[in-house]
Amino acid sequence: MPSSARTATLRDALGLGVAVGLYGVAFGAASAGAGLDLWQSVALSALMFTGASQFALIGVLGAGGGGFAALGSALLLGTRNAVYGVRLAPLLAPRGVLRRVGTAHWVIDETTALAVAAPDRALGRLAFWVGGGTIYLLWNATTVAGALGAAALGETAQAALDAVVPAAFLALLWPRLRRSAAEPGVQRRVAFGGAVVALALTPVVPAGVQVVLAVVAVAVAGRPRRAAVGGAA
Amino acid sequence: MSDGMLWAVVLAGSLGCYLFKLAGLSVPAAWVERPWVTRIVDFVPAALLAALVAVQAATAGNQLVVDGRLAGLVVAAVALALRAPFIVVLVLAGAAGGAVHALAG
Repeated sequence: MPSSARTATLRDALGLGVAVGLYGVAFGAASAGAGLDLWQSVALSALMFTGASQFALIGVLGAGGGGFAALGSALLLGTRNAVYGVRLAPLLAPRGVLRRVGTAHWVIDETTALAVAAPDRALGRLAFWVGGGTIYLLWNATTVAGALGAAALGETAQAALDAVVPAAFLALLWPRLRRSAAEPGVQRRVAFGGAVVALALTPVVPAGVQVVLAVVAVAVAGRPRRAAVGGAA
Repeated sequence: MSDGMLWAVVLAGSLGCYLFKLAGLSVPAAWVERPWVTRIVDFVPAALLAALVAVQAATAGNQLVVDGRLAGLVVAAVALALRAPFIVVLVLAGAAGGAVHALAG
């Protein structure tokens, strides 16, 4: 039984790593399309290494947004990794500063999901390291492939790529809106509000800024209702 | 934007995102488990991702634009509702966007 649980954990970790790695092609191509050179795209995948933030950063830049708007979007999405770290700390228990500094780099959605889903602590650690390693290697390799491939794209292929980016954000958003998510009613209202405010502000603020302002507006609007979230079911 | 400015954004964003990860592993759990912090972390991604979906699908600069990206988004939503895998969703959306461009162009 323990060995079959181990096999299942490894299979999940490698499988998720391969699936997410493939997504790196879309990131690399979109990053090149947004005007970043190969090394800047690779630096994002190697150093930032958190997909949603990377897509947010190049998405704002590609839309003609300024550096601070791009940075703000990426950092806002990056905050959730801090919560993952809190959940993972007792499981991974990195001893010493160096271990902790190294472990932190791989704390992302996918590694957290793998580690938390594993049946026990040893397998959770295994899932974190195997999944993290697989994702890291493939994410960076496919970023290079996508960034180099984008230069060879014709006009129709470029239009296809333009359509992939919003679809990628929708795919990241979708699980939060599902009925199985926590408080799906609130999530849907928040998402709807964010989209409407962003579109409404598009003609009147610099490109990219509407994304950050939409989040601020929704947060402010949602504040008084915080105590009454029971209605979300 | 200049190349130096782009690099500054890339590196500052990378450092900031890394520090969030490191902070999570380092701070006492009680700091982060306060209700207002968890509310923000639970709901900011939905607002931000939805805003990015809207801006990426239907705007160019300061204008609202309808083109193949919106068709791709609709196709992606249908594929997601049918529980298609991530990569299939992206391929279908891209195909729809490319098809609209080829037909309209």
